[in-house]
Amino acid sequence: MSKWLKPAVFLLALVPLALMLIQILQNNLGPDPAQELAKVTGEWTIRFLLLVLALTPLRHLTGITQFARHRRMLGLFALFYATIHLLVWMSFLLSFRWLAIGEELTERPYITIGFVAYVILLALGVTSPKAMVRRLGNNWKKLHQLVYIAGILAVVHLLWILRTDVWEAVVYGSVLAMLLGFRFIRYLYRHRS
Amino acid sequence: MLIKKPSDVKSSEITPENIYRNRREFMKETAALALGGSLLGGASPVLAQDGDALKARAPEALRLAAPAPWWESKFADIAPAPDQEPFFTGETLTPYRDVTRYNNFYEFGMDKSDPSSRSGSFKTDPWAVEISGEVAKPGTYDLEDILGPMQFEERVYRLRCVEAWSMVIPWIGFPLVDLIKRFEPTSKAKFVEFETLVDPDTMPGVNSRFAIVDWPYREGLRIDEATHPLTFMAVGLYGSYLPAQNGAPMRLVVPWKYGFKSIKSIVRINLRETMPNTTWNDLQSNEYGFYANVNPTVHHPRWRQDMERRLPQTLFSRQYIETRLFNGYADQVESLYSGMDLAANY
Repeated sequence: MSKWLKPAVFLLALVPLALMLIQILQNNLGPDPAQELAKVTGEWTIRFLLLVLALTPLRHLTGITQFARHRRMLGLFALFYATIHLLVWMSFLLSFRWLAIGEELTERPYITIGFVAYVILLALGVTSPKAMVRRLGNNWKKLHQLVYIAGILAVVHLLWILRTDVWEAVVYGSVLAMLLGFRFIRYLYRHRS
Repeated sequence: MLIKKPSDVKSSEITPENIYRNRREFMKETAALALGGSLLGGASPVLAQDGDALKARAPEALRLAAPAPWWESKFADIAPAPDQEPFFTGETLTPYRDVTRYNNFYEFGMDKSDPSSRSGSFKTDPWAVEISGEVAKPGTYDLEDILGPMQFEERVYRLRCVEAWSMVIPWIGFPLVDLIKRFEPTSKAKFVEFETLVDPDTMPGVNSRFAIVDWPYREGLRIDEATHPLTFMAVGLYGSYLPAQNGAPMRLVVPWKYGFKSIKSIVRINLRETMPNTTWNDLQSNEYGFYANVNPTVHHPRWRQDMERRLPQTLFSRQYIETRLFNGYADQVESLYSGMDLAANY
């Protein structure tokens, strides 16, 4: 059973990519496909981030240690979808106009924080192999706690770009608040006793 | 204020031969594109129908029925668009399918597809429009009485959305000035205020708890903008009646301003002495000004305005074009804003 679980989760995590590719090939993303792709890849980045952040609380609540074993892979998928998101933005939305990209990164706060979130995910991805975990020792855990910051920045990044309809971002924000709140309460509880 | 006569237009401003395409060439290309699209499993063919003097007709299968019998006779007599700027542009038309399925009309929902998919119960007959404020003949008029005396004409305009996408649309309608004149504005009429219908029964978006718009949607123009010859009141597109998602039965079209100024499904026109509040300006005044003139050098705080995505796009044949000052209508409208700081009055 558990032998098959990892490959199954891996394939499942590729489903959003497969759906996107099908829509691209069918030319079925509507008249403004660049915008649509940016939206969809951004949403999947946040969903994977929330999923990763849910694993530890799930392990504590259920006692099933299996959950924690998928953290690295799902975290890398968050980075994967974030990378596509960034590339879609640079290519299809800004046509690799580097000057414009530079201006956007520095002058628009919501893009700046989105990019900071990406840099964090990239750093976590680079330090995710077992060898890196060993090399960094205690610092590894501290570094990887930055994922909380990345999650917050990603949701703020989404909230900031919306024009009026905020329900989706509110849902993500609420889930994130619950997941971080769980950790906070647990931390307080453990340090009191 | 006067529109330039064709002879005044500099030759450099006339659409170059290679860009200008006559209708037949456009149709051939659209046919080829549509064929390509369907081979890929995508869009059904989108063709401008031939057979009359109009520049473009909606595909027969997609044409709407007249909201009421009197509409048919009004649409039987439409003056075709001329062949020259500014009432016409030779740029490739955005297909009817995209014009009618990719819309911002939050009264029906927030997604671009909501206005077309969630407007099925929207009715445009009967329809009344209140004309109020600084006019000699205020009152609430049936749409038939409003439109009866107007001569319908076709105009092909660029539409630039503040979200950095754009379309080219063949509208049917009449100059707003011809309508305003009939109600005899007083000397105090300095601004025109417009309001969209709010009907929770047929407009599902107005019930959304997460929509932060304070209905009704309101827009406004200065009187000299409202009476400018380019300012158009549209009642149709592609030679056919306006679909709900495009602002049926009557909507404003101000081609040199961002799309949100072109208010849809109008139920009230109020002439007034002071500048009216407008919906987007009320929501986010640092992002959406009263003027909202298309300007590639004045960026939206959250995104650039120097380029635009001309729709429809596919990922690998993208039309990513430079945005022009006043959406390419600078020769006609620049004088309205002489001496004004366009960055401060965005």
